[in-house]
Amino acid sequence: MSNVIALTDITRVFIMGDQQFAALKGVSFDVAPGEFVAIMGASGSGKSTCMNVLGCLDRPTSGSYLLDGVDVGGMDANQLAEIRNRKLGFVFQGFNLLARTAAVENVELPLVYAGIHAKERHAMALAAMAMVGLAGKENNHPSQLSGGQQQRVAIARALVNDPAVILADEPTGNLDSSTTEEIMNLFTALNRQGITIIMVTHEQDVASYAGRRITFKDGLIIGDTQ
Amino acid sequence: MDFLQTLKIAIRALRTNKMRSFLTMLGIIIGIAAVIAMMAVGAGARHVISQQIASIGSNIILVIPGSTTSGGLRTGSGGAQTLTSDDVKAIMNECPSVEMAAPTTRSSGLVVYGNMNWSTVIMGTTPEFLAIREWGVSAGRNLEQQDNDSASKVCLLGQTVAENLFGSADPVNKIIRIKKVPFTVIGMLDRKGQSPQGQDQDDAIFVPLRTAQRNLVRTQTLNSVGAVMVKARSEELLGKAEEEIKSLLDQRHRISNGKEPDYSTRNLSEILAVAEQSSKAMSLLLGVVASISLIVGGIGIMNIMLVSVTERTREIGIRMAIGARRNDILLQFLTEAVLLTMIGGITGIILGAVGAIIVSNLLSWPTLISVESVSIAFFFSAVIGIFFGFYPARKAASLNPIDALRYE
Repeated sequence: MSNVIALTDITRVFIMGDQQFAALKGVSFDVAPGEFVAIMGASGSGKSTCMNVLGCLDRPTSGSYLLDGVDVGGMDANQLAEIRNRKLGFVFQGFNLLARTAAVENVELPLVYAGIHAKERHAMALAAMAMVGLAGKENNHPSQLSGGQQQRVAIARALVNDPAVILADEPTGNLDSSTTEEIMNLFTALNRQGITIIMVTHEQDVASYAGRRITFKDGLIIGDTQ
Repeated sequence: MDFLQTLKIAIRALRTNKMRSFLTMLGIIIGIAAVIAMMAVGAGARHVISQQIASIGSNIILVIPGSTTSGGLRTGSGGAQTLTSDDVKAIMNECPSVEMAAPTTRSSGLVVYGNMNWSTVIMGTTPEFLAIREWGVSAGRNLEQQDNDSASKVCLLGQTVAENLFGSADPVNKIIRIKKVPFTVIGMLDRKGQSPQGQDQDDAIFVPLRTAQRNLVRTQTLNSVGAVMVKARSEELLGKAEEEIKSLLDQRHRISNGKEPDYSTRNLSEILAVAEQSSKAMSLLLGVVASISLIVGGIGIMNIMLVSVTERTREIGIRMAIGARRNDILLQFLTEAVLLTMIGGITGIILGAVGAIIVSNLLSWPTLISVESVSIAFFFSAVIGIFFGFYPARKAASLNPIDALRYE
């Protein structure tokens, strides 16, 4: 089975005025289906830049990136939007749910942009919410949900389009320790069902839930342990 | 993303900030309401003018005596008494495109009945005049040829004169004094209303031409007349009739090439054209004023949409991360702007129509709300939405998703 992610010699150079700053200086790694990977590193180590590249939100300066066997290097903005829509699920530190919008509608959002019909969309969203243990909270607005519940809605939203990989950027950064455990257990459970997860974190104990840890420093990988 | 979903998102966004949406719309509402109300009032006025002119007849030519110079003062058009009853007869007999011609003399004077008196216009004319004007009698009988031939002292009263002299009593067969000369009232005319110039056409007395020439008007020659009203056989023959009259009168008055004629002709379709032109100019002016208010409203919308884009930067980032294409975002904000202007436009149309109806009731001024003006207003409100919504929408669509997601 081919790798979900294959990064080869990725660099990313930011130009600020006449200064050049290399956030990634040649990063290569593969992620096989069903893996749970934690990307670690101090701030400024390049892990967030790497996540943006993985998430097709940013384009590498050089190197090749195969996502689910597809080279995303030469794609335009619309094609990247479609890749994000169909192959990726995002979970953010700040939940990033739409305010004043029911939970189920938040979960439906990726399907709206995928052009799926309302009825089917609703059924898929309900199923995803059940998967994260939020059955019965469908019509609550984000402000009526706890932090943990909001993050579960975000996870359901990431799951709903059946992506090749879920990208989680500091998913527990805004949560207390017991909720952190709850969310990490959910990730672990989802991973056991065969879902590939890549998670950025700087906390050792959060990273310990993952089966594999990749450590960044100064734009390079300095550790990759199973 | 289907359009229905885009519309739903736009409606939700507008409802989130109800007060702001309403205030933003207000510019468009006022602009469109002004356009609708002004167009309605303008169209109503135009309608009345053209109706009044049509009531006089659009195939009518006026022949007016030229000016005269007396003691170095020129008297202006109609001052001279260069036209005669014989000219009128010649016009009737020798111009094939002319159906009828009616000479008139016009004077004003005091009319007395019993202890009532009234100053009014006294028109001396022939039965043809009332036929040309299509003016019937509501009581008694009309003027007849015989009244003129025998110069009998009979008269027809306009409604206003009858009301002022007789109140509600029947004036027929009563004797009144016009400039101290006793006249028998033979009939009362139908109500005609205001002329295009705003004169009360019912404030007049009609007497036979020859009677007027002999008893009421001081004329240089006994058979000179004032203006002559000529009716062409049809509207198409109006121009030809005018030509025929001119060449006939030039010949009769010995006016050779280059010499200024001692008469002039006017036709009412010219007056109609002038009236229409001035009302068009008025509409144009109102249109400019309304456009300015719409542009101001549109700028307000652009302003608020820019604020909205900034406020919702994070939302835009989320949508982009989740798979919204730039066009989806562009369309979403454009839909929002167009929705704002269209709701504003519809509200404005309703408000303008209500305003026009109120104006027409209060001032008894006719208004006409045309389908044309409503559809133009609607179309314009949509165009304003697209025009002023495009820049903010494009700004939203060109956001970088990473920056947008990080925006606090």
